[in-house]
Amino acid sequence: MLAQVDTFVGPEIQWFALSPMLTLLGGALSLMIIGALTPLWPKGWYATFTAAIAIATGVLAMFQWDDISDGGPSTLVGGAVAFDTLAMFLTITISTALVLVALLTDDYLRGTPNDGPEIYALYMVAALGGVVMASANDFIVLFLGLEMLSLALYVLAASNRGSEQSSEAGIKYFVLGGFASAFFLYGIALVYGATGTTNISEMIAALQSSVDVFHPDTLALAGIGLLIVGLGFKVAAVPFHVWAPDVYQGAPTPVTAFMASAGKAAAFAAMLRVLVIALPFYRDDWRPIIWVLALLSLLVGSTLAIVQNNVKRMLAYSSISHAGFILVGVEAAAHRAGEADAGSGMPAVVMYLLLYSVLVIGSFAVVAVVQRESGGDASLDAFKGLARRRPTLALAMTVFLLAQAGVPFTSGFIAKFGVIQAAVDERSYAIAIIAMVVAVIAAFVYLKIMVTMWLGDPADGSQTVPVPFAAGLAIVVAVIFTLVVGIFPGWLIDASNTVTAYAR
Amino acid sequence: MIAAIEPTWYLVLASVLFGIGAFGLLVRRNPLIMFMCIELMLNAANLTFVALAVQLGDINGQTAVFFVLVVAAAEVVVGLGIIVSILRRTPGTTADDLAELKG
Repeated sequence: MLAQVDTFVGPEIQWFALSPMLTLLGGALSLMIIGALTPLWPKGWYATFTAAIAIATGVLAMFQWDDISDGGPSTLVGGAVAFDTLAMFLTITISTALVLVALLTDDYLRGTPNDGPEIYALYMVAALGGVVMASANDFIVLFLGLEMLSLALYVLAASNRGSEQSSEAGIKYFVLGGFASAFFLYGIALVYGATGTTNISEMIAALQSSVDVFHPDTLALAGIGLLIVGLGFKVAAVPFHVWAPDVYQGAPTPVTAFMASAGKAAAFAAMLRVLVIALPFYRDDWRPIIWVLALLSLLVGSTLAIVQNNVKRMLAYSSISHAGFILVGVEAAAHRAGEADAGSGMPAVVMYLLLYSVLVIGSFAVVAVVQRESGGDASLDAFKGLARRRPTLALAMTVFLLAQAGVPFTSGFIAKFGVIQAAVDERSYAIAIIAMVVAVIAAFVYLKIMVTMWLGDPADGSQTVPVPFAAGLAIVVAVIFTLVVGIFPGWLIDASNTVTAYAR
Repeated sequence: MIAAIEPTWYLVLASVLFGIGAFGLLVRRNPLIMFMCIELMLNAANLTFVALAVQLGDINGQTAVFFVLVVAAAEVVVGLGIIVSILRRTPGTTADDLAELKG
């Protein structure tokens, strides 16, 4: 009954085009092996190695970008991997996040029993999973990338063995993440049943040819529903957000920064690939669901952030509200899904992901430094009077918070303006207005942290510990990026506009 | 002679298994049982893949199952590691005891 294959012809593999992924893979494996065979490296070496691999990945992705600009988008490895600027933009986003997080982790791990190559190797595996998700042109490849990212993040979340909170974060993330993965996989299976393929290009062709004839609609719609549940968990959209605050709070702070940046970017990349690129023929069915997810994420994320008193938790809820803004962009992209003129939704989404990644890592970097002084405490009290003790650090945090609030002349304004503009372009006025109102509500929580930093009195006996060089470097780079992009956004907007020419 | 079972029934069976897994995950409080429920859900998806591959006469659905098996095995390693690290600290922990993080 099944087709018999007599001779197997392997697909052609374009090694250079795959080099960003291979660099990350090679970095992770070699660090794991060499690290296991050698005694503990001196301070900073693991982080430097990881940052070097991440920079190499980003630079190679830029080379691929030139090739794509010249030769147009294509697919690799027998159609399993997409080779387009969307993949490369997100590869660069994830490697930027990896560089900053590696710098931030260096000092955080010093002197703890977790010091060693494992955490960095796991970062690289997670980043590789994210890159695979962003470049997948086949649902099974996308699932493998998703699991690579998720499994590494489960371990990272639980990696602080001395802390009960970290273990709790790990198990919660694992159980709910596994739940989401199962939904996602079942969705893939049902969509496979409806279209007869898991390959995105073949899927588009199959749906295109079956528009007039009967096709099992129920299977496809049920599959899309399950896919949205799985993706909703991964991007932490309300009502699938319950894990996010607990995991963000319990996980070691650099890991939280990585989850909120690279993890979110990869999950939204998967959402674009699965819904906007692969299933445009059902866009009228799934667009309302995205609309509702965006609305709930915006409202719940920004209002619940205000009532928290732990800064990591506040940033977790604020990341849920940011997910809502990105979903506004996805909703805008949905209006033009599958059309030759893809509109401004997708560029706005990838732009938001890059800018938000840098912002959120910067914010968590400041939290990590404050935690060093307070002995691990990330409550609002630990930030009291930070401006008096540490004016520069407080200033950096202020820049990040203002940017997250979307104040002009910061990168956050460009990001928020982009998604709202995209929604207005597609005449989604209702969600655009809600997003603007929520931006004001969300600003309240950032103001709350700022007021505590600048106007509060430092607690008695609070001490100042010098800011570690690597973490300081990460914060300075993030501040410069935030301000430079806020003032000169043109070059990035031009780059993000090319992602609409994706491989299909 | 026994008539061949319609592939549709495999899809029904798979959806029932998936439902049992999802329901079990939500109501059971033992981390190990919750973990087994996730495996049940993954295997329901596998059964769907195989049944649909037979129905469509397409080999790709069956190869997908091998990838999923590998992923499930990797998930066992990670999941059991995390569960053991928690149970070693506090034996007999249930999901309700893990409530240090809230707000």
